[in-house]
Amino acid sequence: MPEFHNYTLNFGPQHPAAHGVLRLVLELDGEVVQRADPHIGLLHRGTEKLAESKPYNQSIPYMDRLDYVSMICNEHGYVLALEKMLGIEAPERAQYIRVMYDEITRLLNHIFQLGAHALDVGAMTMFLYCFREREDLMDMYEAVSGARMHAAYYRPGGVYRDLPDSMPQYKPSKYKNETETARMNEARSGSLLDFIEDFTNRFPTYVDEYETLLTDNRIWKQRTVDIGIVTPERAKQLGLTGPMLRGSGIEWDLRKKQPYEVYDKLDFDIPVGTHGDCYDRYLVRIEEMRQSNRIIKQCIDWLRKNPGPVMLDDHKITPPSRQHMKTDMESLIHHFKLFSEGYVLPAGEVYSAIEHPKGEFGIYLVSDGANKPYRLKIRAPGFAHLSAMHEMTQGHMISDVVAVIGTMDIVFGEIDR
Amino acid sequence: MSEYYNDLADKVREHFEDRIEDCQVKYGELTVTVAKTQLLDVCRELRDLDSFRYDQLMDICGVDYLHYGKDEHSEPSWTGPRFAVVYHLLSVSNNRRIRVKTLLDGELPMVDSVIDIWNCADWFEREAFDLFGIIFDGHPDLRRILTDYGFIGHPFRKDFPLSGQVEMRYDPDKQRVVYEPLSIEPRINQPRVIRDDFRYAGRDEQTEDQHDA
Repeated sequence: MPEFHNYTLNFGPQHPAAHGVLRLVLELDGEVVQRADPHIGLLHRGTEKLAESKPYNQSIPYMDRLDYVSMICNEHGYVLALEKMLGIEAPERAQYIRVMYDEITRLLNHIFQLGAHALDVGAMTMFLYCFREREDLMDMYEAVSGARMHAAYYRPGGVYRDLPDSMPQYKPSKYKNETETARMNEARSGSLLDFIEDFTNRFPTYVDEYETLLTDNRIWKQRTVDIGIVTPERAKQLGLTGPMLRGSGIEWDLRKKQPYEVYDKLDFDIPVGTHGDCYDRYLVRIEEMRQSNRIIKQCIDWLRKNPGPVMLDDHKITPPSRQHMKTDMESLIHHFKLFSEGYVLPAGEVYSAIEHPKGEFGIYLVSDGANKPYRLKIRAPGFAHLSAMHEMTQGHMISDVVAVIGTMDIVFGEIDR
Repeated sequence: MSEYYNDLADKVREHFEDRIEDCQVKYGELTVTVAKTQLLDVCRELRDLDSFRYDQLMDICGVDYLHYGKDEHSEPSWTGPRFAVVYHLLSVSNNRRIRVKTLLDGELPMVDSVIDIWNCADWFEREAFDLFGIIFDGHPDLRRILTDYGFIGHPFRKDFPLSGQVEMRYDPDKQRVVYEPLSIEPRINQPRVIRDDFRYAGRDEQTEDQHDA
């Protein structure tokens, strides 16, 4: 009998299931993983260092590019840190818009996670179903910010603009005739809020479709049940947050426990798992989508009834209107100073955290009183999750590594920063 | 919120007495400064005692204070040690946060690793080592994590230029990637300014009032 030794396998960085640029060095005994050593940093762009060289507002678009699957939530964390230091609070309408867009982003993220995870373990259909809905959600981004992904929509002191009264329409082309365009434009005939409301009415049936495809699917369950189990004690030790922590049965959600913006006025529930395996985390995310849908509905109701400003009137921090800028000297100066030098934050340090779709997204900001951050540290949830990779995959088969990567919801933009 | 943290600050002061150097509440956040010799003890007690129970480590962050307070008109105003390691802790059971800070001096700053207290410190400490060159004593596997294999220097130190030291290209003659000294000039679009324009005069008291309200 020849003697078998452990051998090392390089997984990635160009592997379709690596969710980007993950290089995973796996030490295998046959098909069983003995040690998993993720090598990260292939997407390191030095966002934190770059932010140190720019006035505060110019770093907002960098935040979009961190976790490029849930763009607006990253901005939210950053903007909240600035607001905490400036001692300002956005107008209530802006807060509702932020919460609504945070939840839209949560849907965007969870749908992507679900599709990619299912695709990784072999369910191609899910991916197609999920991307169908993402299209509508991206349209909501586009309608409000002009960009489908990297919105740069939140500003300290509010949001860039109010929700538009009309949606962009499809035009007939040689690929799509008039009847088909008319059908596609049906939901887009009213305001953005009408479009979102129409979506929230349709969305529960979509989630039912996902559940039909996966929840009782034998193959899906064989691939996820009892895979990557994390006990509640270990989850805390490993620094897991978000659905990863809730999947292990710890009821912890910053939206409930340390509410920011208007989350304390909204009605929603926190789902928790029991076993802490991949299947539980899948169920948690599915239920979170339903809850997000509930929150969006409540926001729409409030936003319809309460028009008002979406940006503070303090022109040391927010730009004056175009009209004022053209006629009023002081506004012109404000505008010029804001977009060239920016504003100055008092010396000090703050940490602000939000419940990002992936977990706790924190911004630690050190200011020395300048118009640029002295040090900006981004606490990315995925970073802590991926560092638990070894513990979660040890003793599992090599095919389960893919399921664990999927359940962690890895996005390299935020891990490598 | 601020009131709670003031109480907690009193409790921390009472419990640790002279083992902590400083303890203050600002922006509704509690910051405790600890000497590096006391760090492990303080951290362990913060985790284990029922009145604190900080069972999760959220973040470890290195800070380099070399240019603190420096802008185009003035020189750095920082007089303390050059580096700091900042730990953000979260208590899931008590729903509270705390920031523990330890200041480190020297070209080769060294601090004890908290990896035995919170296992997730592993990668965070590797990151701080990689970017700032802070050495964590007792870390079992202190490798670089974010920068390239074979990278030289610690990029987030303030004396490391934003555009880096070397540039890289593929050399068709040698048929491999070559590193060369940088050919681009660093530039600054917006100068860094520290402006005292009385906008924030008396702000601290105001914020405190807001939090109390």
